[in-house]
Amino acid sequence: MSLATTQSVAEIKARNKQLIDEVLKVYPEKTAKRRAKHLNVHEAGKSDCGVKSNLKSIPGVMTIRGCAYAGSKGVVWGPIKDMIHISHGPVGCGQYSWAARRNYYIGTTGIDTFVTMQFTSDFQEKDIVFGGDKKLAKIIDEIQELFPLNHGITIQSECPIGLIGDDIEAVSKVKSKEYDGKTIVPVRCEGFRGVSQSLGHHIANDAVRDWIFDKVNPEAKPAFESTPYDVAIIGDYNIGGDAWSSRILLEEMGLRVIAQWSGDGSLAELEATPKAKLNVLHCYRSMNYISRHMEEKFGIPWCEYNFFGPSKIAESLRKIASFFDDKIKEGAERVIAKYQPLMDAVIAKYRPRLEGKTVMLFVGGLRPRHVIGAYEDLGMEVVGTGYEFGHNDDYQRTAQHYVKDGTLIYDDVTGYEFERFVEKIQPDLVGSGIKEKYVFQKMGVPFRQMHSWDYSGPYHGYDGFAIFARDMDMAINSPIWKKTRAPWKDAPRPSLMAAE
Amino acid sequence: MTQNAEHVLDHFELFRGPEYQQMLANKKTLFENPHDPAEVERIREWAKTPEYREKNFAREALTVNPAKACQPLGAVFVAVGFEGTLPFVHGSQGCVAYYRSHLSRHFKEPSSCVSSSMTEDAAVFGGLNNMIDGLANTYNMYKPKMIAVSTTCMAEVIGDDLNAFIKTAKEKGSVPAEYDVPFAHTPAFVGSHVTGYDNALKGILDHFWDGKAGTAPKLERKENGKINFIGGFDGYTVGNIREMKRIFELMGIEYTILADNSDVFDTPTDGEFRMYDGGTTLEDAANAIHAKATISMQQYCTEKTLPFIANHGQEVAAFNHPVGVSATDELLMTLSRITGKPIAKALEQERGRLVDAMADSSAHIHGKKFAIYGDPDLCYGLAAFLLELGAEPTHVLSTNGSKAWAEKMQALFDSSPFGKNCHAYPGKDLWHMRSLLFTEPVDFLIGNTYGKYLERDTGTPLIRIGFPVFDRHHHHRYPVWGYQGGMNVLVKILDKIFDEIDKNTNVPAKTDYSFDIIR
Repeated sequence: MSLATTQSVAEIKARNKQLIDEVLKVYPEKTAKRRAKHLNVHEAGKSDCGVKSNLKSIPGVMTIRGCAYAGSKGVVWGPIKDMIHISHGPVGCGQYSWAARRNYYIGTTGIDTFVTMQFTSDFQEKDIVFGGDKKLAKIIDEIQELFPLNHGITIQSECPIGLIGDDIEAVSKVKSKEYDGKTIVPVRCEGFRGVSQSLGHHIANDAVRDWIFDKVNPEAKPAFESTPYDVAIIGDYNIGGDAWSSRILLEEMGLRVIAQWSGDGSLAELEATPKAKLNVLHCYRSMNYISRHMEEKFGIPWCEYNFFGPSKIAESLRKIASFFDDKIKEGAERVIAKYQPLMDAVIAKYRPRLEGKTVMLFVGGLRPRHVIGAYEDLGMEVVGTGYEFGHNDDYQRTAQHYVKDGTLIYDDVTGYEFERFVEKIQPDLVGSGIKEKYVFQKMGVPFRQMHSWDYSGPYHGYDGFAIFARDMDMAINSPIWKKTRAPWKDAPRPSLMAAE
Repeated sequence: MTQNAEHVLDHFELFRGPEYQQMLANKKTLFENPHDPAEVERIREWAKTPEYREKNFAREALTVNPAKACQPLGAVFVAVGFEGTLPFVHGSQGCVAYYRSHLSRHFKEPSSCVSSSMTEDAAVFGGLNNMIDGLANTYNMYKPKMIAVSTTCMAEVIGDDLNAFIKTAKEKGSVPAEYDVPFAHTPAFVGSHVTGYDNALKGILDHFWDGKAGTAPKLERKENGKINFIGGFDGYTVGNIREMKRIFELMGIEYTILADNSDVFDTPTDGEFRMYDGGTTLEDAANAIHAKATISMQQYCTEKTLPFIANHGQEVAAFNHPVGVSATDELLMTLSRITGKPIAKALEQERGRLVDAMADSSAHIHGKKFAIYGDPDLCYGLAAFLLELGAEPTHVLSTNGSKAWAEKMQALFDSSPFGKNCHAYPGKDLWHMRSLLFTEPVDFLIGNTYGKYLERDTGTPLIRIGFPVFDRHHHHRYPVWGYQGGMNVLVKILDKIFDEIDKNTNVPAKTDYSFDIIR
């Protein structure tokens, strides 16, 4: 049982402040000073969480963060299914990220669909010394020959590309021309750029703007007739099918989804998005840039939403509907009503098993805040949260809409800090990534991966919430957590007692 | 509505419901600009042809689905095999997130490693300050007994000098002057993870044996009769190293396992997280210079390390991931010859049991054709075992295999009548393998998790042996070395063979004959 439930808010705040002071003691002075700015105890009513964010990680501390390549290839571009994404540089980056993100899709892999494949230029020493542009040009030729149904190619730069001065933009232009204006997108997402995945998202968004939007022929015959109810789902990577269990709700309320960014997405969908009447934005962090661009350039409004848990789903459906006429508003109410019995049944089943349980989160993107409502729907409480690569606008949203007074906030948490916090706070559940999973399970703390849904999902939408609730129950109430201590360790050994 | 609170549907059932199927069909037709299904089918068929294979094998620049990773992964794998050691990778931080995830996904274990988190400014000015701050932070936070440094390709491209950087960091007080910080340059654009294993292990031995980068006297070798053992990069390290320890103990051989990561990748869940567990002690690493001989289980993981050791006066012997009867015989006889200890009776009995099992089951394996891919040594070891079983390792492919490896494979094929139609494919990838499986089909495929895509596309049943295996659990806990390990591999192969026969004979009133209860 968690400690938090028996304490007052004032006590919790005092304990959390003390915890922060304790962890900072381990660091050399300079590092302690820098890390102190990333740790805080949330004060209700404040406009943000009181932490600095989106700053360089400190060398040697075991940050959980990744790189710009991970943000572009791994997150934004990788799921676009009918394009081939070349991991340009040495073999490792593409290998470690190969099919690791569970971006579900439908298609004939290797023929017209390429998401779970690893295309790489596998740089050798000679490519570093003499440059890789000629090799890249040849790779594009070979792709055209062996994978003729691909709809486009992206070049995802790994670290060396920017360091050796390759001109991937020039190669892309030449090859695009050679192949009748084929979409070929150079992306400057070298891993050393920026401080985390985040810059990679931004660079990838800008690449869509510059190499897709700007190249669409405005005179071309539209692929479909527009309707007043056309929307695009932005920032859903269809992990475990998330975008599908979201799309179905939007369509049931009467909207028409013309594009998915980027889970189960296609080049045609990216190109068609400027025709949307509204962009609905789930992962604000990774795709706010392109949403703002479409607002400025094409006048398309965008609206953030949250499809985790029935409370936030209903709130979001109404918010999205408010951009449309009564038909859609009624549609939203109809959808909410339709799923109410399912939600009631899910909550009736799982809430009694989860009521009062505490959770600590550390995730990327939108999840450190977005999933809080889903836990609360189950009677659970998030007592600590932080962003791997959030910016201040994420912490503002978190403070203003999600976290409670006294919540422990940790930005770009280090391995050391996270372990100490969990050890002291003893939450009933930790939600974070694969690198953290086994650390906490060894400590006997139930854990769910909140990037990959621990190979489950979808968690979005009403259908997803049933799975989410089931999974959290399964993690917390697994009988195994009662067995982590050998029974003979619990009984005091009389001989030792006597000796004392 | 498909979802149900009483029986919650997972992703593999949920999306098969009619609402979702209709939704996905509409999405495709209206918005995805799909190719004509007939055209997709035509290309799908064309990609199975000899003509496609020829074009595929003519590739010079593009790599598709390679079966190799990059050097620093191997360096991290080595580093955690030393007592209390934290791997420190100098360069971009995203790489370290990748190595940790990759290892955790295979072993289902924590994987601790730090990065010097170099960014744009370090790209311009070099990463010296990152090294200075990084070593100080790691040392203070995680209290390692040793920090083993390797590099990402970023640090290599800009030419950071680890030796000089570590010296400077020590002068600046990041870590005490006498503190052990071995290092190895591990450029990702040279070789693969097995090269990184080699470089990192050599770096650590060089550090302890040859004067700790000029800060201590070189050790003088005084032979002590012990045996050093090197496992190489191995997805079965947990089971294999424990099996080898058992064998050494049965034979009464005094040994030192170098880079013993069998405990750190298999820690108990008992309420405590062990960032470090087990491992070769630093004292043993230093004293390993005095050993009589060093045994490497994987030649291609120790191409630099073994000559380095030989130059210090030891006898060295390299194997190729030995699996099965003869390969294990050779290993044990070599150990016996070097140490003068007889091969234990218990091992002789285990040998007999493995031969017994192979004799019992041989009828089901004999003449079957296999494709194998993986690291060069693993491919060799498995191919040799299949030949012993009377099976044909028809296609043996290693993305990180060299020409020399291919020649060695050919010599192995030539040594057996079952190797007559077998070929080795060095430097090729799994898209090449796909063409091989379509144009020259085999009965079974042996490889890592990524082989499941080949299984799906070509219908060749996959036997998962290799690294990484992400989608089946706990196999890394079972050895594939020693006679017992050979037994595990045999059973794994047999299980798949029998499962396949059952799967293909289970249609009532059609194929119910052959659905046998006794085999």
